[in-house]
Amino acid sequence: MPAIARAPIVQGLIFGIVGFLIGIAGTGLVRVAFLGRDGGDWWSTDLSWTIGYPVALVGWLIGVGGWRYWGREWFGGEVDQYEMKGWQRYFGFSPDHKVIGIQYVVTFTLLFLLSGLTVMLVRYELAQSGLQLFNNDTYNAAMSFHGITMVAVAVAILAGGFGNYVLPLQIGAQDMAFPRLNALTFWLVPPVAILLVTAVLMGGWETGWSAYPPLANLQTKPGQVLFNLAVITFGLVSILGAINFLVTVIYERAPGMTWGRLPIFTWGIFAASLIAFFFTQAFAAGLAMILFDRVLGTSFFNASGGGSAILYQHVFWFYSHPAVYVMVLPAFGLILEILSHLSRKPLFAYRWAVGGMIGIVALSGVVWAHHMFTSGMQDYLHAPFLVLTELISIPTGLIFLAAIGTIWAGRLWVNVPMLFALGFLFNFLMGGITGIYLADVPTDLFLHDTYFVVAHFHYTIMGGEIFALMAATYFWFPKMTGRMYSERLGQLHFWMMFIGFQLVFLPMFDVGIKGMNRRVADFPSAYDDFNLFITLSAFFLGASFIPFTWNLVVSWIRGPKAEANPYRASTLEWQVSSPPPEHNFPEIPEVVGPPYPYGQPDVRHVPGPAGAAGAPAGGGGGGGG
Amino acid sequence: MSAAAHAVAHSPEKRLRISRLGLWLFFLSESCLFGAFAAARFYMNGTYVPDDLNQILGLVLTSILLVSSLTAYRAETAIAHGNVAHGKLMILATMLLGLIFLGGVITEWSIAHFEPSEGYGTSFFSMTGLHASHVATGILFLGLAYMFAARGKYTPASHWGMTGVVMYWHFVDVVWVFFYPALYLTG
Repeated sequence: MPAIARAPIVQGLIFGIVGFLIGIAGTGLVRVAFLGRDGGDWWSTDLSWTIGYPVALVGWLIGVGGWRYWGREWFGGEVDQYEMKGWQRYFGFSPDHKVIGIQYVVTFTLLFLLSGLTVMLVRYELAQSGLQLFNNDTYNAAMSFHGITMVAVAVAILAGGFGNYVLPLQIGAQDMAFPRLNALTFWLVPPVAILLVTAVLMGGWETGWSAYPPLANLQTKPGQVLFNLAVITFGLVSILGAINFLVTVIYERAPGMTWGRLPIFTWGIFAASLIAFFFTQAFAAGLAMILFDRVLGTSFFNASGGGSAILYQHVFWFYSHPAVYVMVLPAFGLILEILSHLSRKPLFAYRWAVGGMIGIVALSGVVWAHHMFTSGMQDYLHAPFLVLTELISIPTGLIFLAAIGTIWAGRLWVNVPMLFALGFLFNFLMGGITGIYLADVPTDLFLHDTYFVVAHFHYTIMGGEIFALMAATYFWFPKMTGRMYSERLGQLHFWMMFIGFQLVFLPMFDVGIKGMNRRVADFPSAYDDFNLFITLSAFFLGASFIPFTWNLVVSWIRGPKAEANPYRASTLEWQVSSPPPEHNFPEIPEVVGPPYPYGQPDVRHVPGPAGAAGAPAGGGGGGGG
Repeated sequence: MSAAAHAVAHSPEKRLRISRLGLWLFFLSESCLFGAFAAARFYMNGTYVPDDLNQILGLVLTSILLVSSLTAYRAETAIAHGNVAHGKLMILATMLLGLIFLGGVITEWSIAHFEPSEGYGTSFFSMTGLHASHVATGILFLGLAYMFAARGKYTPASHWGMTGVVMYWHFVDVVWVFFYPALYLTG
């Protein structure tokens, strides 16, 4: 057998295609047998995809590594030791959490850039009133694709990518608790991407990322079914990944790594996983109900059959509000982590910050209906959800106070990750304050479905989570690649992105208050000036990713070699070489103190010579700014 | 073995605790999926149950499923005590009871006087279908456990696969313990 045919991706594709053909052929045979020649065609787009895709998914998983790692053992053989070497590992089924982390980061960064290009087309369309580039259908397809891919990126890249790479290192573990499951979880991602792109090529779907019925039930485009199947699969990625993180943090900590000594990024991933492993099932349930309605003829969301479209909104937001904390809790942890390391101060009010994260987890499940104030749900639900939603500002405030207390009178090393961390604080504050107007029923009735919501959402998730993602990318780039990025290009990227971001989204608040609706391809010409300005700013914001991509690609190939600990940071991932050896630690480390012992000469996180922690570093290294 | 090389070297007891916790978290996660469908049932239909629902069949099926939990428990206990022959027999008994349950569900579907497009039918067919798909998965896993047991892979000291499958079987039973009254007894 030629080597290429042994490659997991190739085998996965072959088995996947065969599985799909078996699925649709089986469906077709049953249809012809039971419905007869007049009863219907052998092919029914909704049904054939709904049956064919799961079979294809099973085939893909068998081909990509399921057979080697599980099947052979089930049927009496030995687990196949076949594993690729060098760069080829990244295209294979590898149980190494460091390989999987990079697989997630690269996959989702590519998806992020693709989705960003799509939204450039959307902004081009919105530069002036009337229809130029798109018609209403294609506009919906592009906007929906942007929505769901960016949500997927935001949910998965910090936890799946950097969490996978860094968390086991931070807690002194050799790997995740379930390494094989971890690999399987990542390999569920490519089918999601393939399905979403296929859906767009087949004409897309019209419901945005939220898939509200009755439109999701009634529209005839097959893209809706593909979207539902893709997102259910993606939910599985999120659930399995979260379970893995929870068990890893509970059972794989190094000796001495008590809960009070966990680095705050690990706490962020842990808190996000507590939400993701449970609530994600609700989204899967809602999308499955749509599939049942479409394919099996049930009436969950069909009012004439006794169902209710509002039911979907409850089920959907029961997950999708907590989902924003799945996005943002790892970002909180990451920002506090970077602020502490690069301010050379212990994390201020560590326990209160952890308490804030747990408080967010506790409240996340009881605020969902604030998305539904205009939906027509029962009036008596308005007041409790208003109050509960505003309560969220208390734990979030604790985290902000911890951040400000950490940089207060610190000796700030303002390099690229630090710039993004500070940018996060500003943007997320803007997003948080404008959120109050959307949590309050009277103002929300006015602002709902306007660009005010778009601006608020992007300030929290793009200004928050994506800025944190950029901070993480630069911060751990030397650890993950063993190479140093260009500080100058990184700073250029930050300033372009930060300024471009404000110029795009600040005016959206204004145009939203003035009544411009979101999710429409055309708008009254009175909004022309605003939108031209926003579109030009969006192109500038998009251009900021040129130095980003250039910097990281070139640095990865031929950047200067990175030291083990370029930031003189204290946590465990910096105490091993860059990139770390195959099993992370030559011997299991022992933890003897708090994670950020800066400015305390007698305190250590791990035993070792002074200098790892506590050494002044402001303006050192490649810094300055 | 590269897979084992990446699994951290823990004592068998700790390895077992890790596996158990992972499975328990998966059950909690699944309970949200089942809970969403149960909540949708009450949201849409309140406590309505059609008069002509076949209560006898429902009771019999519930009893069969509960008995299958007993045989599953016997299977695991036998394997844990090294009695592989009895363990294999009890696995087969559990699979058989599961298959009878599935047959009963299909019978129920074929004799039901309501359509999937009605409010109660929507909940009835989707909840029993979702649950039955989990029973079917359980039967497949029991089949794998039988193959492992037949090859002598399970010892009193190491039989996590058997334990995990039986835990899953009990979980699917517990789901039915909630679904059965929600669909049959609330009216």
